[in-house]
Amino acid sequence: MAETFSPSLGRRALLAGAGALAAWPAHAQTPARGGTVVMTIIPEPSSMVSAFNTAAPLTVVSPKMVEGLVTYDASLMPQPLLATGWTVAPDGLSIAFTLREGVQWHDGKPFTSADVAFTLMELIRKFHPRGRATFAALTAVDTPDARTAILRLSRPAPAIMSALSGSETPILPKHVYEGSDPLTNPANNAPIGTGPFRFGEWKRGNYIALTRNETYWQAGLPYLDRVVIKTFNDATARSAAFEAGELQLASTTPVPLADIDRFQRNKAFTVTDKGDELNNSMDLLAFNLRRPNLAKPEVRQALRQAINFDVMMRTVWYGLAMKLDSPVPPVLPQFHAPNLPVPPFSPAQANAALDKAGFPRGADNMRFRLTLDLPTISDVYQREAEFLRQSLRQVGVDVEIRISDVPSFIRRVFAQYDFDLTLFPGSATNDPTMGLQRFYWSKAAAPGAPFVNAWGYANPEMDQVLEAAAVEVDTAKRRALFIRFQEIAMLDLPILPLALPANITIATAKLHDFMGGEGIRDSLARAWMQG
Amino acid sequence: MTPRARRIARFLARRLAQGVALLLCIAVLDFALLHAVPGDAADAIAGEAGTADPGYVATLRHQLGLDQPLPVQLGLYLGRLAQGNFGYSFRYGQSVASLILERLPATLLLMAASIGFAVAASLVLGTLSARFANRWPDRLITLVTLFFYATPLFWFGLMAIVLFGVHLGWLPTGGMYDVARPRTGLAFALDVARHLVLPAFTQACFFLAIYTRLVRTSMLQAYGSDYVRFARAKGVGELRIALRHVLRNALTPLVTMVGLNLGTLLGGAVLTETVFSWPGIGRLMYDAVFQRDVNLLLSILVLGSVIVIVANLLVDMLYAALTPAVELR
Repeated sequence: MAETFSPSLGRRALLAGAGALAAWPAHAQTPARGGTVVMTIIPEPSSMVSAFNTAAPLTVVSPKMVEGLVTYDASLMPQPLLATGWTVAPDGLSIAFTLREGVQWHDGKPFTSADVAFTLMELIRKFHPRGRATFAALTAVDTPDARTAILRLSRPAPAIMSALSGSETPILPKHVYEGSDPLTNPANNAPIGTGPFRFGEWKRGNYIALTRNETYWQAGLPYLDRVVIKTFNDATARSAAFEAGELQLASTTPVPLADIDRFQRNKAFTVTDKGDELNNSMDLLAFNLRRPNLAKPEVRQALRQAINFDVMMRTVWYGLAMKLDSPVPPVLPQFHAPNLPVPPFSPAQANAALDKAGFPRGADNMRFRLTLDLPTISDVYQREAEFLRQSLRQVGVDVEIRISDVPSFIRRVFAQYDFDLTLFPGSATNDPTMGLQRFYWSKAAAPGAPFVNAWGYANPEMDQVLEAAAVEVDTAKRRALFIRFQEIAMLDLPILPLALPANITIATAKLHDFMGGEGIRDSLARAWMQG
Repeated sequence: MTPRARRIARFLARRLAQGVALLLCIAVLDFALLHAVPGDAADAIAGEAGTADPGYVATLRHQLGLDQPLPVQLGLYLGRLAQGNFGYSFRYGQSVASLILERLPATLLLMAASIGFAVAASLVLGTLSARFANRWPDRLITLVTLFFYATPLFWFGLMAIVLFGVHLGWLPTGGMYDVARPRTGLAFALDVARHLVLPAFTQACFFLAIYTRLVRTSMLQAYGSDYVRFARAKGVGELRIALRHVLRNALTPLVTMVGLNLGTLLGGAVLTETVFSWPGIGRLMYDAVFQRDVNLLLSILVLGSVIVIVANLLVDMLYAALTPAVELR
């Protein structure tokens, strides 16, 4: 495989391309009004609002129609959207939002602070998959007037300011949801929001059509007349549709990895790996610490040294992934610990450590057997598992790969704890309290809840650091706590972060400004099509 | 009522009763099978959401009725089914009946077009093959149909897309119609037809190979029979012999095969639907399996069983129409 890899086409080149994208002068060309963009979301969303189900496809479609209190800039700092300003009290126990004047819901009713209070208290806190955790400290939302919403907190919760995008915490109309069962409200499939596009129609398995919101609060926006989201279930078919001009925008690496290089060379397309900084889905390998062999930290460290990450990047991801030295990816520089020690790849050292740990090779030249559970997500996952199996075989660990579909996988790993090693996607999000605490905090363990600490990891110092960081209002002190978090995480190593696979977006070169700070979850308000 | 009509009525009544009993067995069996698989819809939805706290999963499970004992769930399901109510899909937030109705026309169109094309083409190719048995036209047809049969459907479809959609640009690469155009009148029909060509042809290739072989073999058999020799001796023309005496008899096995294929109508086109982004029901079913959307899946399976039962009944009645020797009893 290695010889088919050309470094000039790898991640480095992509990043350079993305840099050029970001460096475009904002007004080099005058945006043109009108036109339709045909995009696809993989797989087809199951609903249109990301309040009650936060599956990735929903978080891409929802913000086109439903907005959040704030949006984020390229450095992930909050910027005004439905809220024009906010003040966090010095004690961190309240956040006061000033809301925008003259915003209308798609049905013509005015947007007020009552909508914000209702959404946060009655919808997000009760029915959002993560809302209960993110807004756990929220006790009330005061609405002294129609333009002011004050969040009252029982303890400081700095992560809330990172969770207010339209994709994570969409603000929904009180008059539509009040008095109904929110989970079965028809507006979940035909949203009434404040966003730049209105819901048009949804032919399931076929397409979703969104039309321009003529009364959008940002005068003159959006530029596009229509956004059509077509369903394509096959990666090669997407390649063909792009090349035939029938598809103009798609994210989450829409075409086979082997085709990426062809699209990069083609001047008719923009290819970038930017745009997923609010989500950051990493591939993680967790160890079941209930197993006597894996319970020893020196065994876990030895297994880490048995993996050649450079070769893994090239063969598994064709170079389209970022190596990780800690669970906080480098794309979050405000939290990432830059100088953590990285042990060298060394099967010899790994073998010695395993011998010393009391696991000599047996008659069949193997030390012990481990199962590796993974969900059927993509062929990349299977390649990863095969690579791990071969790597660990070199140091006398026999790995049996078990692949099951997502519900079976969740039952086995997160409800029954019936695994030795498990490979799964974990989103760091844009704040470690939201994205990572659940994997490392001993109190996050809850049988049956997917993607939380299911490995039996408990370290009092780790708990203390995470709990302190969750309520620390001072930015510098919070960063220091997260650096300590990463040191402990890599020392204890309950989880081995493998990579941050590139989330590649392809667009026709005629489409401009399709990524704001929220990246692939952008509302497309400023996107425009060159004639 | 003539004795014949009475016989047919009795036949139909018995077959319908059998069909209902069979349907009940299938529904219960499907239910049991689906619940034997680990993980439920709450796991699937929570897994999809990326993360969820236990409270969310519990709320979901209660909403979905998954916290009730299995026999109660089965009873509720059968009760609903008896009233013709397919229930509600929580994943799609829509009634199952409307979900299926929305997707059914696309599947019916694709299957009707592909089976129709396959039957027509196989009759021509099979007849030619039989007339020129073991000579070059026969060999050529055999070669081509075997190629179609042996080629994986999705590969064939992808190659067709690359050739006709991307390089030549004659046909669209996928979908059922152009979203941007008005959906009325002749222009729309033509647009759908343009989108239908590649998927229907791809899907037909598989059937075509089987049907052609079938027509060829049964026609050769019929050519060797006494009544054909007698017709020839009587001085009946070759064309009339081929069409009226040979082909009609050769149709029976073809009808059997088409009937069997009709049974797979609902699920049989998953690959074609996936490759050509055709908004049919096969893909809906495929997704429902991975989502553990039991209501939706059971409904599609039950509907599929109904179609199999009805198709078989129709085939039996067609036998009687084709061959006077067959009687319905």
